Amino acid sequence: MIQVKHLYKSFGDVAVLKDISTTFEQGKTNLIIGSSGSGKTVFLKCLLGLFSPESGEIFYGTQSFSAMDKDQRKELREHIGMVFQGGALFDSMTVEENVMFPLRMYSNQNQKEMIERVNIVLDRVNLQGANNKFPSEISGGMQKRVAIARAIVNNPRYLFCDEPNSGLDPQTSMVIDKLIEDLTKEYHITTLVVTHDMNSVMEIGQNIVFLQHGKVAWEGNADNIFNASEQSVIDFVYSSNLFKKIRTIQQQNKG
Amino acid sequence: MKYFNEIGTYFLMLGQIFRRPTKSNVMRELIFKEIEELILNSLGIVIFISFFVGGVVSIQTALNINNPLIPEMLVGYATRQSVILEFAPTFISIIMAGKIGSFITSSIGSMRVTEQIDALEVMGINSLNYLVFPKIIALLLYPFIIGMAMFLGIFGGWVASVYGGFTSSASFIEGIQSDFIGFHLTYAFIKTLVFAFILATVPSYQGYYMKGGALEVGKASTYSFVWTSVIIILANYVITTLLLS
Repeated sequence: MIQVKHLYKSFGDVAVLKDISTTFEQGKTNLIIGSSGSGKTVFLKCLLGLFSPESGEIFYGTQSFSAMDKDQRKELREHIGMVFQGGALFDSMTVEENVMFPLRMYSNQNQKEMIERVNIVLDRVNLQGANNKFPSEISGGMQKRVAIARAIVNNPRYLFCDEPNSGLDPQTSMVIDKLIEDLTKEYHITTLVVTHDMNSVMEIGQNIVFLQHGKVAWEGNADNIFNASEQSVIDFVYSSNLFKKIRTIQQQNKG
Repeated sequence: MKYFNEIGTYFLMLGQIFRRPTKSNVMRELIFKEIEELILNSLGIVIFISFFVGGVVSIQTALNINNPLIPEMLVGYATRQSVILEFAPTFISIIMAGKIGSFITSSIGSMRVTEQIDALEVMGINSLNYLVFPKIIALLLYPFIIGMAMFLGIFGGWVASVYGGFTSSASFIEGIQSDFIGFHLTYAFIKTLVFAFILATVPSYQGYYMKGGALEVGKASTYSFVWTSVIIILANYVITTLLLS
């Protein structure tokens, strides 16, 4: 579980996060949604320690992140898997080397054991036989799956995904969403997904935090997001033509 | 104020490079990879430039001493002094600022743009140690390149002056051997080591702290070449003043 209390972050005079407090539960896919520029990625990077917030506290379990020393943060990070928006695969390494990277850094396994573990996770993300390909030789969807494989290879307690569906077609997006949801259940991890994809919201939104202008404007889940009364949430949800049409049909049926 | 800020950040970066070391077996592989990319892949251009510039130095010296009172062996002497004191350590380092400096900046800059550095940090790895430390260690072999450039520069001078008919082989070799001061080699290799450190760290700084996208990677590579060259020239002046004057 991750708890956030009164988090503030600004860049110069621009306040990006303003008093964010929320909880991300273990074993659930927690979504951070909001329109572009609402502070989603900055929030995620604050949680990861890539940005230092001005004030506020982040608790990983019962441990305060800000109170941790460098060694404790390093130890925590060994239990964090992160899927970056662009994949962030090391382009000088093959798929196998990319996935094996966290193992080489933190485990005492020998080469054979590491390869076995890599093959298990590659199999889990349906990428059998791609071991010796370089990131530039595989598609965007495959790169995202390699990034997920790299994120879970070390059995993390926390999985962070920054817009895992960006640049992917709807079908591949669904595959990625399903994979994230299944892995969360399978390993009982705390998963955080930053997205503005409404399909993902509907598919895997077990706990949703809606950010608007750096504040938590709404919290809920996929079942009750359509009943939200906040105008910003309504605007966000019905910004897609598909959902607009569904709402029109529903209203006509009611009428 | 901006420059003071950058200088401060550069020195803080140097401190970070040597903290929280990467696992030794991973670091060993990284060092070998950097030796290949920074040292071995630079041999071709260094061999080519050293040989021909050495030749040009000797031809120009020969053409400018047509006074019969000046001994012919001066061609070999002047070539040796020019190559050992300045051409090999400084001129080659400026060329390397363009070759390996822009390579370092663009490769680290691309990693910054594509969030690969963030990925390292999230995994709890000291990205500065992981990326820059192996380059510093690999460039400890840089004096080997400069030593080779010295030899080839003088050899190129001998080939050009002897086969160009400017001097005899015996007088060129006599010039190479006359009034040799061993400390000049020490001085050349001391500044070579300083330049190697500058070549590893200044381009790394430019790449690591860049912001933006692909266009900014290109700009950072250009800044990297300019600043690495400027710092090498300034360091050259300071070292020469301290050691030779």
